[in-house]
Amino acid sequence: MKQIPRADELGLLACHACSLVVERATAPMHCPRCHTRLHGRRPASVQRSAAFLLAALVLYIPANLLPVMFTSRLGSGEASTILTGVIEFWHAGAWDIALIIFTASVAVPCSKFLVLGLLLVSAGTHSRWAQVERARLYRFVELIGYWSMLDVLVVAIVAALVQFHALSYVEPRVGILFFGMVVIFTMLSAMSFDPRLIWDTQDHDK
Amino acid sequence: MNTFRELVVCEHCDHVYRRVALQRGDVVRCSVCGAILYRAEKLSIDQRLALAVAAAVLFVLVNVCPVMQIGLGGQHNAATLWQAVLALGQGAAAPIALPAAAAAVIVPGLQIMLLLWVLSFARARRSAPGLAWCLRVLGHLRPWSMMEVCLFAALVAIVKLSGFLQVTPEPGIWAVGGLTLLIPLLTGSDVYWLWGLLNEPEETSA
Repeated sequence: MKQIPRADELGLLACHACSLVVERATAPMHCPRCHTRLHGRRPASVQRSAAFLLAALVLYIPANLLPVMFTSRLGSGEASTILTGVIEFWHAGAWDIALIIFTASVAVPCSKFLVLGLLLVSAGTHSRWAQVERARLYRFVELIGYWSMLDVLVVAIVAALVQFHALSYVEPRVGILFFGMVVIFTMLSAMSFDPRLIWDTQDHDK
Repeated sequence: MNTFRELVVCEHCDHVYRRVALQRGDVVRCSVCGAILYRAEKLSIDQRLALAVAAAVLFVLVNVCPVMQIGLGGQHNAATLWQAVLALGQGAAAPIALPAAAAAVIVPGLQIMLLLWVLSFARARRSAPGLAWCLRVLGHLRPWSMMEVCLFAALVAIVKLSGFLQVTPEPGIWAVGGLTLLIPLLTGSDVYWLWGLLNEPEETSA
């Protein structure tokens, strides 16, 4: 395992679009096969990823405090936030749906904050700690990231269907905008992070 | 510039391997970080093109057929994915309708169109005009394609509403379900062999 060389040490790099392996040169390079601009590492990976993560964290506050949906039934209306929606399902006995929504809207975004924060700090300090596990965590975050869009689409479908004017109607509220932005920003943060940084234990800036 | 077609670099950790010939269904993983390096083609071009055509048909159905219908006191309401997205576009949360439309309909549609274009030329062992651009765009679109999230959102909405309304699934939900299976199959990492159709300037490869 130790003797497998890294592209960086061999003076090689792979095109991140078509994965062709080419010899590294000093001048700005383009892939000879697909003409994509070549980089050894994603440019300013840690800074970009951290900026997106911070934006997502800030937006997560209004996403949870503001109502995401307004339901009117026979004249009486109530606004619900993400958490009150989960609690309602729980009390109504639909614990399975409560669990799905809780996972998609609370557990997934929160674990993304923690994991990306951990990856950014450990990559910033060129740590050799738990590299295999951190690599696996990164792939996990990439895999689960977009499932948080679930709540946005549920609100969309419910609001489109429940349109019975005086009897009953459902409207989206501004909280769902903030929540959707949290999902998009955490996805951008994960995409900007270069997982090769986990293995770059010597300082280098390419 | 020297290129090395016989080598492959792990995207996740930068370790370099020599490519080996694969049997159908084989997957090669990086022995350092465990990420998938490359995999054997599961389907022939004909099969892939046939599935892309099937996906296009299902996509048309997703655009025009309602995913479900609800009834309340003799009134009925049905909604397609587009109507769901438009419902988000009303009120203060309106900007989120744009990414929701992209994730639910526009991105999957673009993926299917680009695949049909690229594959119909690949069938004749030719590289489609703009192949590099198409493949690069397909790579960028992949994380934003959320048909499977739509399916789950529809199922959650069914359970959510069935408490106080009559809910009936409509044909659209089967089309969404079909695309949930087809899109990941068609756009998975094993379309990377398509890059091989690009003409590369003939140069020495060491």
